[in-house]
Amino acid sequence: MATVTVDVPERGWLERLESTRAVIALILLMWVPLNVYVMFGRSFGDFADYLLVPAVPATALLYFLTLRAFRESRIALIGATLVFFWLFMAVSAPFLPLVDPNEPIAPFTPPLTEARDHFFLLGADFKGRDMLSRAIWGCQRVLVWGVTATLVAYVIGTMFGLLAGYLAGWWDEVISFIANVFLSFPVMVLFIVILNYLGASGFNIVIAVTFASAPAIMRIVRGLTLDIKTRDYVFAAQTRGEAPLWIMLVELLPNVRGPLIVDACLRLGYTTVAITTLTFLGLGLQPPDPDWGLMIRESAKTALLWKFSYMLLVPALSVSSLILGFNLLADGLREISLKD
Amino acid sequence: MTLLLARRFGQMLLIMAFASLILFMIFDTEEFKKKIAVAELGGFAVSALSDQDYQEWLAAKGLDKPFYQRYFTWIGDIFRGDFGHSFEKNTAVGPLIADRLWNTAILAFWVFALMIPIALVTGVLAGMSEGSAMDRSLSFVSVFTTSIPEIATAILLTVFLALGLGWLPAKAAMTQGFDPWQLVLPVLTLVLYGFGYIARMTRASMAEVMTSNYIRTAVLKGLPYRQVILGHALRNALIAPFTVIVLQLNWLLSGVVVVEVFFEYDGFGKLLLEAALFGDIYVVQAATLIAVVVACTSQIISDVGYTFLNPRIRFA
Repeated sequence: MATVTVDVPERGWLERLESTRAVIALILLMWVPLNVYVMFGRSFGDFADYLLVPAVPATALLYFLTLRAFRESRIALIGATLVFFWLFMAVSAPFLPLVDPNEPIAPFTPPLTEARDHFFLLGADFKGRDMLSRAIWGCQRVLVWGVTATLVAYVIGTMFGLLAGYLAGWWDEVISFIANVFLSFPVMVLFIVILNYLGASGFNIVIAVTFASAPAIMRIVRGLTLDIKTRDYVFAAQTRGEAPLWIMLVELLPNVRGPLIVDACLRLGYTTVAITTLTFLGLGLQPPDPDWGLMIRESAKTALLWKFSYMLLVPALSVSSLILGFNLLADGLREISLKD
Repeated sequence: MTLLLARRFGQMLLIMAFASLILFMIFDTEEFKKKIAVAELGGFAVSALSDQDYQEWLAAKGLDKPFYQRYFTWIGDIFRGDFGHSFEKNTAVGPLIADRLWNTAILAFWVFALMIPIALVTGVLAGMSEGSAMDRSLSFVSVFTTSIPEIATAILLTVFLALGLGWLPAKAAMTQGFDPWQLVLPVLTLVLYGFGYIARMTRASMAEVMTSNYIRTAVLKGLPYRQVILGHALRNALIAPFTVIVLQLNWLLSGVVVVEVFFEYDGFGKLLLEAALFGDIYVVQAATLIAVVVACTSQIISDVGYTFLNPRIRFA
């Protein structure tokens, strides 16, 4: 009997990093510290800054891996670069040589000038706070709350979508009716009513975004589930006697993943817009901590002169570049998925 | 068809009843009542008010009754054409909403009048030859303008066209009567943000039609390219964008809030935001009902229109 020896190819450290498990670990390493820092940073006191130390190399490494993974689509590369630029700013903000974003120094200083021994690259706002520092610190809250809200909306929307699609019958009728009620509100009306009722804060934005996005996500997942549940492997699972919940999570969920990822990128963009807009309307995140929507809100009344328009331009361009990043990423991902 | 329409309208009424009941429940809390009292009488007066006086004030406003009782009176009043009374503006809600809705309708009219032709032309030009330089540049422009949120577009336009060049007024408050120039920036903002989506839909639909067999036949039998596009491709390519355009009405009611607040234009969106912040329940109710009616009607029009335009669905 001949024995066959198979050469196991030696995997380099890069290939090993590209495995799903390593990427998820890296994402968690980047995301969890940032999340904790923004949501509960205050309760850590001086120790808070150390939380972000592991996130900085994780972000850089993730960016490197993303560049390698998306090298076939130029659009995805540009999108990923924009998104990662802000992610990197978010995790490294405490370590950059920036002044305190809430410290008033020299009011109404135009960009590229020096005042009170401090060089203002992007100027200072009407209270004299450094715009550069505020723009960089501002991305933390938008990113954290935007992604958290989208994630929660996805979990809830997908759950109900699977239930409605797989169980059908009464489940479908009831869930679809409730979804229709929420979908028939214009999004802004829904946001305004919910946030006005709950009060303005980050956690309530998550709830409001969930109410606004989950019904649409539920519809997508329901449609995909209706399509997939007639496949043979689902019948096989039913014949094996698997529980409906198990079938939904193990057989159906992995197979509806593809279209959902592209939709998630687009929806991240919408959520970012929504958070900035809501903050501008006074229903979102509250002062004094820097945030793009807040920067627009605060200077919308004072900055209506050509000379001071940089106060509006800086946050407007920042938020636009982040959303452009999400949208290009979604486009690129769609392009890549169509190629396969 | 009639049955389908009746079912859809029945569903719309059910949704409206459900939505307004929820709103009545939401605005029934003590805090909201207190908020209205504070806004009307002043914070100091409210804290000095004895409990009995507060109850009397609530009774005078009709807020002492439980919400379901008020809900049914309110529904009864609507059938008599009475939408209630605004706490904040101290006028009847009906005329107030009608006035603001008219302002928004003017805005919406110009947005649609500009957006639809621009979007359709861009989409058709891009989809005509998929993958060409024109397609790629037009697609990039539409992704780019849609990526910039309304608030940022509003800022960029204001800064450059109003503050920098001084061509246009920066606000649209219309304090000295109606001024069409003040409408330019809000309309431009909404058009820039909204046209990309329709353009991309048109492009996708056009690109799909261009690959179909009957277009190939038309080209092969030697018809001029112009005639192939105008006579053969366009009719089918415009079916999908039609449904999207009608659904944009719903988007407009959302998008208009930010734009109206930023440009201080006295329209429906600004009224809604002010009313919601004030706790002005009857205004919020009426505005929500209108929003739901617009959303549901546009959905019905879009569905019915689609079946009419597309024989494959009509006869299926």
